[in-house]
Amino acid sequence: MPKLNMVKALNLALFQAMERDADVLVLGEDVGVDGGVFRVTDDLQRKFGSQRVIDSPLAEAAIIGTAVGMALYGLKPVCEIQFSGFAFQCFHQIENHCARYRARSQGRFHIPMVIRMPYGGSVRALEHHSESEEQFYAHIPGLKMVIPSGPRNARALLAAAISDPDPVIFFEAKALYHAAKEEVPEESETVPLGRAQVAREGSALTLIAYGAMVRVALEAADVLRDEDGVDAEVIDLLTISPLDRDALVTSVKKTGRAVVVHEAPRSFGPGAEIAASIMDGAFLSLEAPVRRVAAHDVPFVGFAREKANIPDVPRVVAAARATLAF
Amino acid sequence: MAKTLTRGGASPGLGVDAAVAKQLLTDMLLIRRFEEKAAEAYTLGKIGGFLHLYIGEEAVAVGTTSVLRPDDYAISAYREHGHCLAKGSDPKRVMAELYGRRDGLSKGKGGSMHLFDRSTNFLGGHAIVGAHLPIAAGVGFAIKYQGGDQVIVCYFGDGAVPEGEFHESMNLAALWKLPVIFLCENNRYAMGTSVERALAQPEIWRFGQTYGVPSERVDGMDVLAVREAVARAVTRARQHKTPALLEADTYRYRGHSMRDPAGAVYRTKEEVEREKLRDPIVLFRDKLLAAGLLAEADVRTIEKDVSDRVDEAVAFADASPEPPGEWLFTDIYKEA
Ligand SMILES: Cc1ncc(C[n+]2csc(CCOP(=O)(O)OP(=O)(O)O)c2C)c(N)n1
Ligand SMILES: [Mg+2]
Repeated sequence: MPKLNMVKALNLALFQAMERDADVLVLGEDVGVDGGVFRVTDDLQRKFGSQRVIDSPLAEAAIIGTAVGMALYGLKPVCEIQFSGFAFQCFHQIENHCARYRARSQGRFHIPMVIRMPYGGSVRALEHHSESEEQFYAHIPGLKMVIPSGPRNARALLAAAISDPDPVIFFEAKALYHAAKEEVPEESETVPLGRAQVAREGSALTLIAYGAMVRVALEAADVLRDEDGVDAEVIDLLTISPLDRDALVTSVKKTGRAVVVHEAPRSFGPGAEIAASIMDGAFLSLEAPVRRVAAHDVPFVGFAREKANIPDVPRVVAAARATLAF
Repeated sequence: MAKTLTRGGASPGLGVDAAVAKQLLTDMLLIRRFEEKAAEAYTLGKIGGFLHLYIGEEAVAVGTTSVLRPDDYAISAYREHGHCLAKGSDPKRVMAELYGRRDGLSKGKGGSMHLFDRSTNFLGGHAIVGAHLPIAAGVGFAIKYQGGDQVIVCYFGDGAVPEGEFHESMNLAALWKLPVIFLCENNRYAMGTSVERALAQPEIWRFGQTYGVPSERVDGMDVLAVREAVARAVTRARQHKTPALLEADTYRYRGHSMRDPAGAVYRTKEEVEREKLRDPIVLFRDKLLAAGLLAEADVRTIEKDVSDRVDEAVAFADASPEPPGEWLFTDIYKEA
């Protein structure tokens, strides 16, 4: 099995989807000649031509609106927005049209499209270039919100998203693009959307994370094992919405304690929904309140203070200890 | 460093006198040398995030600002170091901001793309392409509403033209007669996408005509040509609240950002070399020497003066501490 980083793994998923299905198109700013800001679409235009790998003008609302129109008649556009922070230019197309066509047309039309966006910290740039906005999309009925945590599941989830009959917002953590290589099987592989995975089994407490925060949670679990002799379970959500509530409830029924970790700001973030779901399903098993470790409720600051904003291992460990000591 | 247009005593060939000419050259050189140092600092890891250099485009900011009054406004996108310096910000504080230090213009919390300076009426860098055009229209509205005679210059790239906000703003400024000078710096590329691949109608200035906005194209590598075109637009805007769209034909010599240093995929080396023959600073310097407005010795003095100021800016930035941790939580709401 070849070892790929996440950029190459995503590129492979796109390549295989395009090879298999002539209805799959790639559309976005600089995706063709340039191969994408982060090179995820590298070489696709050379292989599939400029009719299928389309360099659009700098116009996000037009990219998403056009893709919705394409999808209405059976094409499967995979759009790229260069950074998730630029998607507000097309938010109305996503929220008002892309997400609602199935409901609005009472099932007569559906939108099999994917919108890929890099998100989150690590490039040391402020605001739009580093923020995490998954909560906005997770809040919208009609959309699926997916965030892989490594090369192998990124490839499999993107393949699943492209085959999905409904619109999928697909966030790619910039922090993971070049972070690690993993073995990725050559033959195509999918992971079902809407299903979380246990990334590490444990019994003392559940750490819930997704995207770049899975690494942080796993490292925190190592610290807890080494320094506290505590065995933490780590759940990797993979799909934020629809949320795999059963996986959360099953784990917390076993551990009785949970800490949610995300890069999005804390208030009204995914952690709140996750905590509420745990209360709904595992209230009597809870030994402590569900805690959240998240970015602060501030606009994402410049590089000098990036590390103070994004959750890191010490913050997760501290929250876990507080939860265990409750 | 911004100077009001001085009249009288102009040399017949160039339309400016020696003092103005010297100032224009100095201002352009300051931006160039400042950014060369910023690029070095980026390579050393002292500047983080994204750094978009203006090198090659200096004549636009300097020619434009030279006909503005200090109480006029300017607003820009993210390639805005030159606009900010030209408008009169202290290079020391601009460099400190690039370094993310507490004495920076934005307290070290903004960085290269988010320079703001209330003291010079510089209304900021904006990282979202096209987003600041309607904001400029709003400032124009406020000027008019409050009975002022200032103008606002709104700098943006060719990349903003396909965005809806360009068209919305153009229409609005014409409809409401706002004193806004939309100044498109057409450097022919938006990241890796050339104007020809982005616009069905690539002569950007013509879009202004569609909306009834007086429009023209100007050689953006010729500081005097920019100065004259902007002066005309400023006069109309001050006197009659007429907006303008100017398209400055310019070129960036560096990559889109420091992460795209060569910029080689979407343009050829030959093209870049050819464009360097139009270097606005070299052209203007040679013109001044030929016209006898400056001597070689003057040029050396200017170079020395500029490089001292840039060194001073770097030393200042280096010495300034990082913003304290608690600043993460300030300036979100008015402090109680
Ligand atoms: C709304 C939005 N979409 C995409 C981007 C990513 N992006 C940053 S700069 C840029 C190119 C803009 O080119 P142009 O306006 O010509 O300015 P230049 O860089 O040439 O000065 C793009 C696509 C962005 N910042 N904002
Ligand atoms: Mg441009």
